[in-house]
Amino acid sequence: MSSAASNPKRTFAPWTRLAHLSWPWRITLGYLTLMLFLPVAALFLKAAQEPPAKFWAIATSPVALSAYNVTFVTALIAAAINGVFGILITWVLVRYDFPGKKIMDAAIDLPFALPTSVAGLTLATVYSNNGWIGSLLAPLGIKVAFTRLGVGVAMVFISLPFVVRTLQPVLQELEVEIEEAAWSLGASRWQTFWRVILPPLVPAALTGVALGFSRAVGEYGSVVIVAANVPFQDLIAPVLIFQRLEQYDYTGATVIGTVLLIVSLLVLLAINLLQAWRRRYES
Amino acid sequence: MSPSPQINAAPTEQRWPVGKFALITIAVLYLGLVIFVPAVNVFAQAFKNGMGPFLSNLVERDFLHAVQLTLMISLIVVPINTVFGLCAAWAIARHKFPGRSLVISILDVPFSISPVVSGLMIVLLYGRNGWFGPWLQQADLKIIFALPGMVLATAFVTLPFVAREVIPVLEEVGSDQEEAACTLGANDWQIFWRVTLPNIRWGLLYGVILTNARAMGEFGAVSVVSGNIAGQTQTLPLFVEEAYKQYQTESAFSAAVLLAFLAVITLILKEILERKTRIKDVAEE
Repeated sequence: MSSAASNPKRTFAPWTRLAHLSWPWRITLGYLTLMLFLPVAALFLKAAQEPPAKFWAIATSPVALSAYNVTFVTALIAAAINGVFGILITWVLVRYDFPGKKIMDAAIDLPFALPTSVAGLTLATVYSNNGWIGSLLAPLGIKVAFTRLGVGVAMVFISLPFVVRTLQPVLQELEVEIEEAAWSLGASRWQTFWRVILPPLVPAALTGVALGFSRAVGEYGSVVIVAANVPFQDLIAPVLIFQRLEQYDYTGATVIGTVLLIVSLLVLLAINLLQAWRRRYES
Repeated sequence: MSPSPQINAAPTEQRWPVGKFALITIAVLYLGLVIFVPAVNVFAQAFKNGMGPFLSNLVERDFLHAVQLTLMISLIVVPINTVFGLCAAWAIARHKFPGRSLVISILDVPFSISPVVSGLMIVLLYGRNGWFGPWLQQADLKIIFALPGMVLATAFVTLPFVAREVIPVLEEVGSDQEEAACTLGANDWQIFWRVTLPNIRWGLLYGVILTNARAMGEFGAVSVVSGNIAGQTQTLPLFVEEAYKQYQTESAFSAAVLLAFLAVITLILKEILERKTRIKDVAEE
């Protein structure tokens, strides 16, 4: 009797599992091949068709180098600024209670949800010389919209949620008791912050900054509207690719696109390594 | 006798409120500069001259076509990516196999690639000089500068959302109930509809909402493959940029405000769903 009860389980369960396994797997792999592997392969193969010397010449042409500089350096600065203010904002959201906190918390996700062209449109207006914020900065001689500073503001906007949302769960788990222990042992406020609060936050903060950087590097919609897109001034790499495509210069677009894709994949790898490090750190 | 409230407070508590107030002020100022002021500006600019001009912009022909196209692309992309996301989440969450974390990272690739590069890749595949170009021309199929290309580009950039939201839920629920249903004689379809789907419904819905928000708002990738022809291949986000470039700022903000509403609704739904899953977590504990 007992064998009759357990037998179907032994014989049918693996069979149903196999049936389960095949269809979702087939769809997953088929779709990934069509949608992801094939396009990535198309880009790499097109790039490989170019003679290496030509590839190198285009990839390191002055306009491309300047575009990398504007893209990567500005994205890094924007992500780093968000790293600092992200820790502060997360701290305020997790530890304090104040009116309007819920709205503030929900608003952090706005850059995720707001279409990038809308973000670009409103940032270009607000930070233009007669906009709400731009008109306050103009007398000081600071121009934001249509300059590299505008590129930076758009990148700060787009990368902020990544830092805060990565830090939030970590800070929520941080126990207040440890800080109180440090306090009662005579540590000053700064010592408590630097030696007790900050160290466990660093891995998460770095992950958040890397995620934000990755997003800022690829950002196109908001930057193309808020910047003047002048080569050697505020032209970012994605806009340069777009301009090359508009001129039907597929080779130029492919080469710079490949460089950008490789950087993106390396950043993704770095983020994965950071997360692996975090898991080890946390356990 | 006016008792000073500070006398009884411990020195620590006395110093914190000042720090607390300063930190909250800095946070609010920073978020104001980066998020709040720009967000309020969208609505202020759109309704600057009252509802009249706003409403008349909404019935413009190119605008209506852009709305229609945006809805259509989202209606095609969201179901396809939902089915894929469910399959991928199930395949990954219910199996242990070597290279599992690599597969999860590969799923994330569309998020790390610049939308412009995503669009470029689709042009290199389906464009006139692309891999399938000659074949498509022979068959008289137009993908680039037409709806199919825009659908492909949108599907590419929204590919990971559903799987990413469903995988953790599936892992948390575990496979016990599914196995029980299986031993009780339920077939795969019944197990999915009656056991798995009810368990993952909030996570799934969250993934679908995020997919939809990005599908309706995608700009870069669609911009590369669409050609941006007003009244033909212009989606709502493209309309915003084009109107702005043509100095029709009012019309640009009318369209932008619709997309901003979409973003606000997405955030509200997100908040509701998060509360739902949180309440469930608490109830289970």
